[in-house]
Amino acid sequence: MNIIDFLLQHSPALIVAIPLLGAFLTPLISRINNKARNIFVILILGLTTSIVFLLANDVFAGNIHTYVFGSQDLALPIVRILFEVDAMSAFMAIIGSILALVAVIYSWAFIKENTGLDKFYTLILLTTAGMFGMVLTGDMFNLFVFLEITSIASCALIAFWTNKGKSVEAGFKYIVISSIGALFLLFAIALLYGQYNALNIATLANAIQFSFLDKIALVLLIAAFAMKAGIVPMHMWLPDAYSKAPASVTIVLVGATQASLYGVFRVCFTLYGNTINLSPASIGWIIVLLGLITMLLGVAMALIQSDFKRLIAFSAVAEIGFMFLGIGAGLTVLGNAEMMAAIGIPAMSGGVFHIMNDALDIGLLFLVAGAIYYATRETSLDKLGGLARNMKYTTVFFIIGLFAVSGIPPMNGFASKLLIYESTFQLNPILSIVAILSSIMLLAVFVKVFHSVFLGPSLPKFKEVKEVPKSMLIAMGIIASIIIVFGLFPELIINNIVEPAVSALVNYGDYIREVIPTFTGGI
Amino acid sequence: MIFNIPFIAVTALVLIGLYTVIFRRNLIKMVIGITIIQSGVNLFLITLGYRENSVAPIFTSLPPGTIVPEGMSFPVPQALTLTSIVIGVAVLALMLSLIIHIYRHYGTLDSKEIGGNEE
Amino acid sequence: MSEMSKIVRTISSISFPLIIIYGLYIISHGHLTPGGGFQGGAVVASGCAMILVAYGSIWTIGKMKEKNLSLLESIGAICFILLAIFGLGFGAVFFNNFLVGSDFLFGTIPSAGSTIANINTGGVIPLMNFAVGIKVIAGLFAIVLVMAHASSTREGKK
Repeated sequence: MNIIDFLLQHSPALIVAIPLLGAFLTPLISRINNKARNIFVILILGLTTSIVFLLANDVFAGNIHTYVFGSQDLALPIVRILFEVDAMSAFMAIIGSILALVAVIYSWAFIKENTGLDKFYTLILLTTAGMFGMVLTGDMFNLFVFLEITSIASCALIAFWTNKGKSVEAGFKYIVISSIGALFLLFAIALLYGQYNALNIATLANAIQFSFLDKIALVLLIAAFAMKAGIVPMHMWLPDAYSKAPASVTIVLVGATQASLYGVFRVCFTLYGNTINLSPASIGWIIVLLGLITMLLGVAMALIQSDFKRLIAFSAVAEIGFMFLGIGAGLTVLGNAEMMAAIGIPAMSGGVFHIMNDALDIGLLFLVAGAIYYATRETSLDKLGGLARNMKYTTVFFIIGLFAVSGIPPMNGFASKLLIYESTFQLNPILSIVAILSSIMLLAVFVKVFHSVFLGPSLPKFKEVKEVPKSMLIAMGIIASIIIVFGLFPELIINNIVEPAVSALVNYGDYIREVIPTFTGGI
Repeated sequence: MIFNIPFIAVTALVLIGLYTVIFRRNLIKMVIGITIIQSGVNLFLITLGYRENSVAPIFTSLPPGTIVPEGMSFPVPQALTLTSIVIGVAVLALMLSLIIHIYRHYGTLDSKEIGGNEE
Repeated sequence: MSEMSKIVRTISSISFPLIIIYGLYIISHGHLTPGGGFQGGAVVASGCAMILVAYGSIWTIGKMKEKNLSLLESIGAICFILLAIFGLGFGAVFFNNFLVGSDFLFGTIPSAGSTIANINTGGVIPLMNFAVGIKVIAGLFAIVLVMAHASSTREGKK
């Protein structure tokens, strides 16, 4: 058999298995020397990324991949552990793979002086494996297990700088929130399992009745994923965790957070897709409302921060609000074909495209913040200043990130935000007004940061500050170039990647029919 | 009514655990609260797999006269519970080791006093 | 953690091998009886924890380095994933039970119905139990050891 076909057929399993194997080989490899370990980790993630792209290429062409574990004939997929990859899963896997690869390249120089690095790389690979597992799996319980793997590994990473009390405290907050969230998820899974005797997402979606217990389960599921994704009532762990973790960890955490967002979308559109149009308005409007609150509160809190990384963390909260707004607007009109074509599809394209843009923009800003911390050992805005003279490349990368995150035309953030503004304006003008307002406030926030960090007179204590090492510049350069390409050719990305992902969410019937061929709904 | 007692216990355990996590200020007590929630959820899963007058789902050397599979309790929820217990051990160990670090830095386990005296 | 009295140390030395054997029995019969890699590993690790309590963390860390334990843990995890990948190589899919019916290790297929337990069955499942067992023993013992050591250094400072 052709090796490409073989890889493609087994890719859903390999995407999770290769980082897992790499994670446990890392402590052995690091006995040779540190350079071999760094190269090994980058190779493992490079291999995984190439398999992700191979799989995504095939999935975007319209094939849904299913992978049944442990059986030679693919009979009885319902009772076995099943991975099911549609365009939305592949889209999230692409984001995760890019972020993880950039994170390890960045870590080479950034975290060189710390001890316990073999454990650091093991945990990075475990988080990545858990993230891939979350987005690729087709089984509710598997989703829970991968969610826990992700949260345990990323909690240990947040508390990696154990010599700082604040980091450990942020890690503790994170593990408390995420373990409670995961237990809610398990409770909801038990509720569904008790009624329908199945754990498979497609089987459950086929059988679901929207009874009273199902409503409780839906609330628990959305609450659980919203806790992990940092939606506003449950957002308090996010600024601490993002700002106290090392920058290369934060960028992986952004990916893990978005895998939880994927969980919300999978639950709303696929698991409850067949029943949610019984009461489309309520669920959709709740999500829209959560998105609006998240956006406003995130921006408002970002305005008053004086710590560089904390400020970016709050604007990350605000950005999550945009995604919720876009997807929620699509959910309000699910099942209504005319409204869907007019409002739902553009809004959801904007929301889904914004997931990728947010990962890149916020990721780039965190990497810049990490670079500044690396060069000056300082994150307070009041004490920084005049760094543009010393760190030219970093300044350029920050300007790119600033334009992208606040939606200035040549960058990718504009393309997705414009889609959200236009479509939500037709749904209700207030929504788009709030969205534009928060976007403008984000611009104000980051102009302030730009002014106080990079401009102004050069401070005497930063005379000796040099540009950061090459590996960090390469990592930032990769993300910045992707941002510019996306900004220049948004149509290309929307048509080839975002549209298939959106139609995978809207046409949930295809996902279910892949496992249960007799399913008739959802066309 | 008698069959509803496990579900009442589950609800009670989850609520007690949530109360402990939200209102207790001692970090160790918060961890205990999380384990109580976890016990509640595990109990719920186990209860789902129970059948009246059933034997344990082990296929070798069944007692004579057992109807297969109706006479055995349902094994899948037990497997799920076991997985959840394993994960719980990892989470518990991680939380306790973080608490050790927190205690080293701040010299207290009171969540109100932590975080004030740095920088 | 300092060492305890001579009575405690003697009793735990006597019961330690029994606990280890019981744990290994649970691991190796995981495919037949209740138990398996995690449960047996937890039993063995609690036996090790008993020794740790009886003899004190300084003595135990002299006998068993935490670094070696994490190495053992990695080896257990690698064995598990490699067994899954062998399924890909020998048969069709990931986690395929390629040993069943091979008349090799654990390859016997038992006759249908409820029979007397035969340990030579199960294919890769017992092997995966062993891998998980190694990982759990090493992992849990390392956790307990590191925590005991951390608290004892704290006492030393005071």
